[in-house]
Amino acid sequence: MLDKKTLPAKQAIKKQESLQHASSWNPAQKHTGMTAIMIFAMCFLFINNALASPEIQHWKTQNGAEVYFVPSNDLPMVDVRIVFDAGSARDSENKNVLAGTALMTNGLLAEGAAGDDAQILAEKFEAVGAAFGNGALKDMAWLSVRSLRDDKYLQPALINLKNILSFPDFNKNAFKRELERLKISVKAGKQSPGNIASLRFFKELYGDHPYAQPSTGTEESLQQLKLKHLKAFYKNYYVAKNAVIAIVGQLTTNEAKKIAAELVADLSAGKHAKPLPEVKALTEAKTVHIDFPSRQSTVLMGQVGLARGDADYYALYLANHAFGGSGFGSRLMEEVREKRGLAYSTYSYFSPMRAAGPFQIGLKTRNDQLEDAMKIIHEELNKYITSGPDKDELQDSLKNITGGFPLRIDSNKKIAEYLSVIGYYKLPLDYLDTFVGHVNAQTKVKVDEALRRRIHPDKMLTVIVGAKNEN
Amino acid sequence: MKLKKISAALALSGLLMGLAACQTNPATQSAVAGAELKTSVSQSGVHSFNLSNGMKVLVKPDHRSPVAVSQVWYKVGGSYEYAGVTGVSHALEHMMFKGTKNLKPGEFSEIIAANGGSENAFTGKDYTAYFQRISSDRLELCLRNEADRMRNLQLSEIEFKKEIEVIKEERRSRTDDSPTSLTYERFNAAAFINSSYQQPIIGWMEDLDSMQLSDLSAWYQTWYAPNNATLVVAGDVDPQQIKVWAEKYFGALKPSKITPPKPRREVDQMGERRITVKVPAKVPYLLMGYKVPVLKTLISENKNIDDVYALEVLAGVLDGGQSSRLSKTLVRKKEIASSAGAGYDPYARQQTLFLFDGSPRAGHTAKELEMAIKKQITEIQNTAPSTAELNRVKAQVMASSVYEKDSVFYQAMQLGTLETVGVGWKKKDDYLEKIQQVTPQQVQAVAKKYLIDDRLTVAILDPQPIDTNQSRASRAAGGRHAR
Repeated sequence: MLDKKTLPAKQAIKKQESLQHASSWNPAQKHTGMTAIMIFAMCFLFINNALASPEIQHWKTQNGAEVYFVPSNDLPMVDVRIVFDAGSARDSENKNVLAGTALMTNGLLAEGAAGDDAQILAEKFEAVGAAFGNGALKDMAWLSVRSLRDDKYLQPALINLKNILSFPDFNKNAFKRELERLKISVKAGKQSPGNIASLRFFKELYGDHPYAQPSTGTEESLQQLKLKHLKAFYKNYYVAKNAVIAIVGQLTTNEAKKIAAELVADLSAGKHAKPLPEVKALTEAKTVHIDFPSRQSTVLMGQVGLARGDADYYALYLANHAFGGSGFGSRLMEEVREKRGLAYSTYSYFSPMRAAGPFQIGLKTRNDQLEDAMKIIHEELNKYITSGPDKDELQDSLKNITGGFPLRIDSNKKIAEYLSVIGYYKLPLDYLDTFVGHVNAQTKVKVDEALRRRIHPDKMLTVIVGAKNEN
Repeated sequence: MKLKKISAALALSGLLMGLAACQTNPATQSAVAGAELKTSVSQSGVHSFNLSNGMKVLVKPDHRSPVAVSQVWYKVGGSYEYAGVTGVSHALEHMMFKGTKNLKPGEFSEIIAANGGSENAFTGKDYTAYFQRISSDRLELCLRNEADRMRNLQLSEIEFKKEIEVIKEERRSRTDDSPTSLTYERFNAAAFINSSYQQPIIGWMEDLDSMQLSDLSAWYQTWYAPNNATLVVAGDVDPQQIKVWAEKYFGALKPSKITPPKPRREVDQMGERRITVKVPAKVPYLLMGYKVPVLKTLISENKNIDDVYALEVLAGVLDGGQSSRLSKTLVRKKEIASSAGAGYDPYARQQTLFLFDGSPRAGHTAKELEMAIKKQITEIQNTAPSTAELNRVKAQVMASSVYEKDSVFYQAMQLGTLETVGVGWKKKDDYLEKIQQVTPQQVQAVAKKYLIDDRLTVAILDPQPIDTNQSRASRAAGGRHAR
């Protein structure tokens, strides 16, 4: 776990090696605190009538794991991803809440299994060129392998994956080592204004809901975390009925069936994790300003948004696209950046999750411009909730969403990620095929009505991290 | 080693090679093909041709999805700049979205969005590139508008006044408010003596403060011309059709007289260089860099290029996955490092750095981590790595050469980079073979030759307390860019 990507080092270099012009790709990726959630919780799926979406095959293994498969014959490779309802939202189901349990459990799997230590496990993947990945966010925890199709590479990789999944050693020394590394990662987070803001935002917005806790844990919670907590967590949540398997690659259905069955054969059936508690919305506005010696003030503003399957999802997705979801051309980008040069990046999004995920507006601006920028955001939000998108904005958004569909599924990697979202959130198999139809069925009246009903500018949570007396 | 970044031809699978070369749709091909429209096709399925004005075009068909990527690469970037105007390449890149004689500010972006596309641009040390990802049946409008802004940009003072503030916000966000990024910036400035690689791509804040529209205008006049650019198209496209469009839109543009930048080859270092960066932070951070050649410098000096591939494999032995030496020894065995990495990028115009970085575990210092990394280097210098280790690195390189075909964008990116840094896109084709040929002794030899103290620069981030009042006072004393 804690692979190099979670640490600042490589990112710092990569960021400077090449400067992106702006944030129209995925605005939230600029905000490390939210990156992971965005990628896995916000996989919006679209369909263009002209293009058939990949045909998804679905079945259950004997012991109850849900399998989603798309054959893809162009490249001699295979992606396998297994997702559990074992994210940090489950940390609170301990007798006492120990934030970081889910992440540590997931991370420790590959640190020793079936008698092989971390070194041997890594060597076994790398000797056949397989790329192993794992991680845990608020909802999902996952393990993945990308391998060449040829059985002499694929089979050893799959056996190794199965061992990691089914027979983790939970070695004491590995636990201590990884815990220490996680503590440093948590500490490093405290030198990043974006990270500080994001953690505080979730804490304030979610109160006593499990989403309030950081997936990485806190310095305090990690102090109390013991190996026995990880073992218990593993036993409860890493079970077949709590698993979704996504497979994409050069395989026949029979081959995929064999792979899926074998992968979870040694997991107990167990049961699916129970529903998460409902999220209570804030009843009044709240602003938290954390003093921090940065040049910019980081602003996160928002409220409780949508759960997966919410009836307003399509209307609000479309509404947000024009407001702050589409990068250049969105109202926030126009008003804050293009007209006034107040920020490099500004955005808004709904992050639909198992329980209601957040609606969030983000911005970073020089400390002494904070007030000006906030004023614009408030004005724009109020205006938008009152009047909604204009006809052109609605039309442009629809064109972008429908025309851009093929780009969302143009690689095996993207399809595998979408399959796990569809499986994890129990979305219908025709979700892809019907998405554009649902979006197109929205009217200005429906969008305006949903916005007014769901977004309350007078009950916004605002978290600011920056140097206070430079304002 | 950034295995995923590495390019390769398809020595792996003859079958795949055949597919890549013959996937163009014969029907559309015959409709437009003429004797003069011949393009040359490489073994990896890349079609290439030059327009009469000197612009280069590379096309990589990939018909898995009905999408395409268009990228226009200019030979200009941070390393082309000189003192006082650092950041001008990047600033101009921002202004390239601000309208032409034919389009108003932002209109190109609007057109792309309305057609379901996404677009952006990026500036590196050695290149500036503009791209669109779009449904392949809409590709023509990307080429038409890219050609338009290559020659018809309208630089407006009003737009510039706002945009330069956006760029300063970008700098604050990426660099000034990130302790590790700040350390990396100072590290580069210390490592290079006369090479322009010492300059930050985004520019020093002071230079951004004094930047004028006329600086950008001069830069645009100097570098933005068809004979200083490469068009790369990848995806569900027909090379013959691309050629027709390229001739139509870019072929009509006049070439310029391009004077290459001054050489500014890095002088001999003559001893270790070392800096400390004291900023408010929580975790110490170490950067080490050894001056090493790249493909381009060796080719220019008529030297054997094998060292480059041995350095690639060396980076793989040290940091090519979780089983590599830094993870194995420093993170897991000795538990000195919380993280430790190594990296080498052979695709640059100038001599660059073989990098190490990392953070120490609690109870250890950055200095101890430095010593531990040096010990790892010494071990390879004394004893060649094992064949098993090398085989793992080679297996990953081979597999990556297949995985990378899953991304159309990445394939275009590789071609554009190689072409623009001056080694030529064809170097991609023999990469895999070159890596496979590297021996343990060669890896040992390059470690001995290049990873020596006289080529080394060290930067250590020394975390200062995150105290708002104290750091504000120190900033007020020296910080001209707070306002």
